[in-house]
Amino acid sequence: MSRKMVTIDGNEAAAYIAHKVNEVIAIYPITPSSNMGEWADAFSAEGRTNIWGTVPQVVEMQSEGGAAGAVHGALQTGALTTTFTASQGLLLMIPNMFKIAGELTSTVFHVSARTVATHALSIFGDHSDVMSVRSTGWALLASASVQEIMDMALIAQAATLEARVPILHFFDGFRSSHEVQKIEQLSDDDIRAMISDELVLAHRARALTPDRPKIRGTAQNPDVFFQARETVNPYYLAAPAIIQKTMDKFAAIVGRQYHLFDYIGAPDAERIIVLMGSGAEAAHETVEYLNAHGEKVGVVKVHLFRPFSVEHFIRALPKSVKSIAVLDRTKEPGAAGEPLYIDVVTALTETYNNGTLPFALPKVVGGRYGLSSKEFTPAMIKAVFDNLSQKTPKNHFTVGINDDVTHTSLAYDPNFSTEPDDVFRGIFYGLGSDGTVGANKNSIKIIGEETDNYAQGYFVYDSKKAGSVTVSHLRFGPRPIRSTYLIDRAQFIACHQQFFLEKFNLLEKAVEGATFLLNTQAGPDKAWDSLPRVYQEEILKKKIKFYVIDAYDVAKKTGMGVRINTIMQTCFFAISGVLPKEQAIEFIKNTIKKTYGAKGDRIVQQNYMAVDQTLEHLYEVKIPGKVTSTIELRPPVPENAPEFVKNVVAKIIVNKGDEVPVSAFSCDGTFDTATTQYEKRNIALEIPEWDPETCIQCGKCVMVCPHAAIRQKAYEPALLKDAPPTFKSIKARGGDFPEGWIYTLQVAPEDCTGCALCVEVCPAKNKKEVGKKAINMVPQPPIREQERINYQFFLDRIPDLDRRLVKVNTVKGSQFLRPLFEYSGACAGCGETPYVKLVTQLFGDRLIIANATGCSSIYGGNLPTFPYAKNDDGRGPAWSNSLFEDNAEFGFGFRLTFDKFNEFAKELLVKLAPQIGETLVDELLKADQSTEEGIYAQRERVQVLRQKLATINSPEARHLNSVADYLVRKSVWIFGGDGWAYDIGYGGLDHVLASGRNVNVLVLDTEVYSNTGGQMSKATPLGAVAKFAAAGKPMPKKDMGMIFMTYGNIYVARVAMGYNDLGVVRALLEADAYDGPSLVIAYSHCIAHGITMSKGMEEQKRAVESGHYPLFRYNPALAAKGENPLKLDSKAPSISYEEFAYNETRFKMLTKADPERAKMLLEAAQRSVSERWKWYEMWANVAVQGPAEQQ
Amino acid sequence: MDLSTTYMGLKLKNPLVPSASPLSKTLDGIKKLEDAGAAAVVLYSLFEEQIAFEQEELNYFLDRGTGSFAEALSYFPEVGEYNLGPEEYLNHIRRAKEATSIPIIASLNGVSAGGWIDYAKKMQEAGADALELNIYFLATDPNQEGRKVENQYRIILNAVKSNVTIPVAVKLHPFFSSLARMAKELDDDGADGLVLFNRFYQPDLDLENLEVVPGVVLSTSADLRLPLRWIAILYGKVKASLAGTTGVHTAMDALKMVAAGADVVQVCAALLKNGPNYLGTILKGMEKWLEEKEYDSLSTLKGSMSQKAVAEPAVFERANYMKALNDFRDYVL
Repeated sequence: MSRKMVTIDGNEAAAYIAHKVNEVIAIYPITPSSNMGEWADAFSAEGRTNIWGTVPQVVEMQSEGGAAGAVHGALQTGALTTTFTASQGLLLMIPNMFKIAGELTSTVFHVSARTVATHALSIFGDHSDVMSVRSTGWALLASASVQEIMDMALIAQAATLEARVPILHFFDGFRSSHEVQKIEQLSDDDIRAMISDELVLAHRARALTPDRPKIRGTAQNPDVFFQARETVNPYYLAAPAIIQKTMDKFAAIVGRQYHLFDYIGAPDAERIIVLMGSGAEAAHETVEYLNAHGEKVGVVKVHLFRPFSVEHFIRALPKSVKSIAVLDRTKEPGAAGEPLYIDVVTALTETYNNGTLPFALPKVVGGRYGLSSKEFTPAMIKAVFDNLSQKTPKNHFTVGINDDVTHTSLAYDPNFSTEPDDVFRGIFYGLGSDGTVGANKNSIKIIGEETDNYAQGYFVYDSKKAGSVTVSHLRFGPRPIRSTYLIDRAQFIACHQQFFLEKFNLLEKAVEGATFLLNTQAGPDKAWDSLPRVYQEEILKKKIKFYVIDAYDVAKKTGMGVRINTIMQTCFFAISGVLPKEQAIEFIKNTIKKTYGAKGDRIVQQNYMAVDQTLEHLYEVKIPGKVTSTIELRPPVPENAPEFVKNVVAKIIVNKGDEVPVSAFSCDGTFDTATTQYEKRNIALEIPEWDPETCIQCGKCVMVCPHAAIRQKAYEPALLKDAPPTFKSIKARGGDFPEGWIYTLQVAPEDCTGCALCVEVCPAKNKKEVGKKAINMVPQPPIREQERINYQFFLDRIPDLDRRLVKVNTVKGSQFLRPLFEYSGACAGCGETPYVKLVTQLFGDRLIIANATGCSSIYGGNLPTFPYAKNDDGRGPAWSNSLFEDNAEFGFGFRLTFDKFNEFAKELLVKLAPQIGETLVDELLKADQSTEEGIYAQRERVQVLRQKLATINSPEARHLNSVADYLVRKSVWIFGGDGWAYDIGYGGLDHVLASGRNVNVLVLDTEVYSNTGGQMSKATPLGAVAKFAAAGKPMPKKDMGMIFMTYGNIYVARVAMGYNDLGVVRALLEADAYDGPSLVIAYSHCIAHGITMSKGMEEQKRAVESGHYPLFRYNPALAAKGENPLKLDSKAPSISYEEFAYNETRFKMLTKADPERAKMLLEAAQRSVSERWKWYEMWANVAVQGPAEQQ
Repeated sequence: MDLSTTYMGLKLKNPLVPSASPLSKTLDGIKKLEDAGAAAVVLYSLFEEQIAFEQEELNYFLDRGTGSFAEALSYFPEVGEYNLGPEEYLNHIRRAKEATSIPIIASLNGVSAGGWIDYAKKMQEAGADALELNIYFLATDPNQEGRKVENQYRIILNAVKSNVTIPVAVKLHPFFSSLARMAKELDDDGADGLVLFNRFYQPDLDLENLEVVPGVVLSTSADLRLPLRWIAILYGKVKASLAGTTGVHTAMDALKMVAAGADVVQVCAALLKNGPNYLGTILKGMEKWLEEKEYDSLSTLKGSMSQKAVAEPAVFERANYMKALNDFRDYVL
């Protein structure tokens, strides 16, 4: 029977089967598994049924712990139930997994295996999460490719129903979950043939129901627990055979035969590698290559890791085996070896001891590879085989890195390659915003579905959200593609952005005779001269064919804006020769219809036009015989950067992080902050230019800048003496500064992202030409160099204002404080970072931040560079991320330490008072630190104290010296998004806020899970469309402000910078000043709202004006004075909910998808906000009895 | 009193037709207008440009940020088909036809030749009794010749006329060098009706905020004069039906339009201000006046004060300036 060939990624393959064979799906988003839940939700939303004809219920929970609980409950009541997760998410499921297995419950969880956070978080793939659940009693079944994912997902489901042992089906995060492959899709008939209805009914019959009441989940005592626990043994003993039987059945139906352990290689191989996951595919490819070149090697691809079937494993090995290398994609520090290695050693030793080993006991070594999606290539695999050839092979080795500390790593020859010539390999460098990835996915679909070729696509993204670079790796060939590693030798290289040329040598990976396609404005005549020298050298040396197109010009002419995807895709097909040109164009047009058809004919027509015009603008460049260019690649970091930045960070920036050796890193994950300043990204096409004459010096632009790329200073005129010629300045306005002082507003030209938020909020208009403001966007390149010099002068030669002289409680004043959060990788126009930056301005020199996982932890702490900065004294925010779910508690821990150290320091002060001096001790103990002056004075006292302590030789003095800094007030802040505060971290947040301790919480409320791609949270407003709320959220937003006000002793503020910027400054200051818990909920516009980002502040204003986001400050300190603690910071709603909502795609899209429901939800939302406002008004108007009256 | 009239071949029970406005955006609104006595309803305009804009806008925002960042490869769920074409408008026509028994006139503002024809055909298929082409082109380019602008109107009319069989009216603005000639040409091209006039919203300047603001100002009875004059001039000179619109706020305003020669009187601002029921008030007022003045039917009044019918036709041609000058002379002499 012929089956449909589809070109999909691993997550879709898993979700496809899971949705067909389950009734309930409870999930929680976590990278890289989120898409599985999203696919399942999308299938159900479109009414797709499972094989029994009913649409599975897909439910998003508040955490993976919650999802596991819901799954457990649904299973116990008989529904076929599944979930999808990874990494920390899987760890949160462990308690339920023990129970699900202990109760012998049939289920399959699909896990895109991801690194568990240790010294650092990583979203990428390895088996550390899966290995953490070994003791739960679940079967662990591995898939190595997209086809296997679909096949094993079904095999697992069929097997668990019979075996009653729950199965965790896993595959490598990103490498398999996100790799796009052409595969054979299993039909409903296949699935029905595999799944036994009788077993499904038996599963249902085991359900708890009041109609046949039973009790499960009891508590047992020492007398019987042990015996009862051993009852499951027969099931575990039977499970491997059942799974193999199911694989055999699958082979009979579908034709692909799997084994618990699949052996590939020479029947008389002596050297064998054992491994599981995607690396097994690369090993398979390498083994075939090596054997074809005269070697005798083999690989055992492990599918069923647990229960580990010794019998099946031994049988899988060729009798000729002499040595075995077991590769684990995980690290267990302190263990005798990694898990698979230990199981293999045990299996061999036990069998040997039993006397049943059919061959002589081979040498076994173990090694680690591929942590966090580290490349695992044929070169490395060959090195592992070479190691086995050694007389004494290295054991407990690593491969793929340079371990120059404990020397575990195997050397490998990077020039070794197994890539056959008949496989097309292309690398495409693009920007996220130009649509390169989407176009390449379509190209793979075209080749996969329209030709007999197999196709593979893998996409590499960077960690920045603004100006992010994407690299697409595409392979097409006549056989299934097992190359589960990045392309190192490409026949086709496309550069979709000319400015990449000055940053990286993209032709390094070109093979001889390759084709190079460049999007450039230079034109065919000038293109050669515009190339950096190294490019010309590569082109000449490798005889590369060179093509150019001005894709932006074509895009502009055809109404495509900045989306050059279709144009570059057409160029690729036109010159790569993978398909006849006319045929390719027809396929491209078909794909365009499929991709954009739902969004209207106009978009389709524009794309068609772009395709048609592309060929007329595509040119081959004539290559002169010699190198003519003097253009050099720009150094990734400046000369004055610190050594670590130059030696390590710079390498990571130019995509050479793989070369950095172990010794370059700290042993505990610690880094210096303030390194974004060295990564000049130059991603803005336009930047603001200051017009001093028009400027009213209000500081609003400085406040809203998400990247701290526009700053103001006031200073003495004498400092201008050495100013660069184009440095701008004007007399400082207002009475805040001495007469004659000067004011400068300066843009950081290379750090600005060009979002234009600053220009939008600028209230000053040029009186002669009202279209111009005090800052106006102008093209960056012409003024880049001049402004770079000006900015350097501004930073280096003009001092920051003395904090004691600044009116911090005003917008303008606060913006003279130096931001200690700068040039982050957040989206251009980000709505969160202006708040984060403001916190660092107000409290940065005494600030410690606990940061929940999410956008703020990624732009705050993702390598290569860090935006948290230091002032001239070397003080600045200390920052850490623990987990997603525990952030309130993590920050609370900071507070406990600070309080303890402060108390300890005070105790020691009292003890040592005679030696230190009573006056100083008394001043230190009673210092008023409520102002900047007070804090400054206390720091001075601590300095004096240290000098005194240096003269005292006692343990107490040494201890006091180490805790003396804690005599100065610290500000503990807990940052996180709404996904954390409203959902996963809510319980902990509640506990911490209820504790009464002095912590400050900043919730960056984007009303959606932004970092994982727009899933609904409990902060999502009624009527908004989000993932898992595709039909618009029917429930209102949780009013967390109101909930926490009910405690009475928590400072609670809700703020929106776009409506009331002064309110934000006040709220943050009051939160810090309040000697107790504080919660500031900040409306943060977001790319996930579907708005024009430069208008973000205007959107915030609408949100407040419509009553959707009422602003207030609830200060318990006022209650103590007899005042009403609740002050409203926004006025009664003045515009309709519709005027706010329908300006944003998240709401408006529903009017196009389901107009009736949109109308119904809009009305419900309007009612909800109107009613809520009444409550606020009422509460704010309640007269509060003062203490005097109470007496 | 017989108030009946014929507009583009459609027999109407009275001359009052609510013009394209938000009042006809909902089915309920259309029903209210019918109940208040509307003889027909011109639906709100379908703007081709807006449809195109909405498609581009939605595509832009759904697409933006996708395929950029490993953890968030998209920001919105896939929701299947979007209702982005004219479907919503066409359904509105269908539903309006089902729910009412009065003629429904669809209004169209296109931007491309293909759009005008395509949407016009679809409107006819959806059941519209007639079409009103809401053509306007603000010629701001100094290099644009007037004649070319005028030709554009004719091209559009011809294109639509040759693709539909229902009557087609053209809504005009008064800013042609030779309005009469323009009207005649459109008449010759087969326009079934001329609607005088389209009233542009003129932007205002907000000096407080130094902004240009879209000053939406509803018409008053004073604005009646311009269409009144031109209907009086064109009456009897063109075969096409004439619709007077702009500034009709009272029964007297409506009667004046008819007296000038209008076959129908379109009302908008008065209804926006006073609600749909106000249409009944106007109607009653007209009836009362006609009875008091002992007219046997509205048709007797129609055109009775058109340029052709008045004693001194030149009054419609002179600018007020002339009249004022005469008065002054009289005074001096």
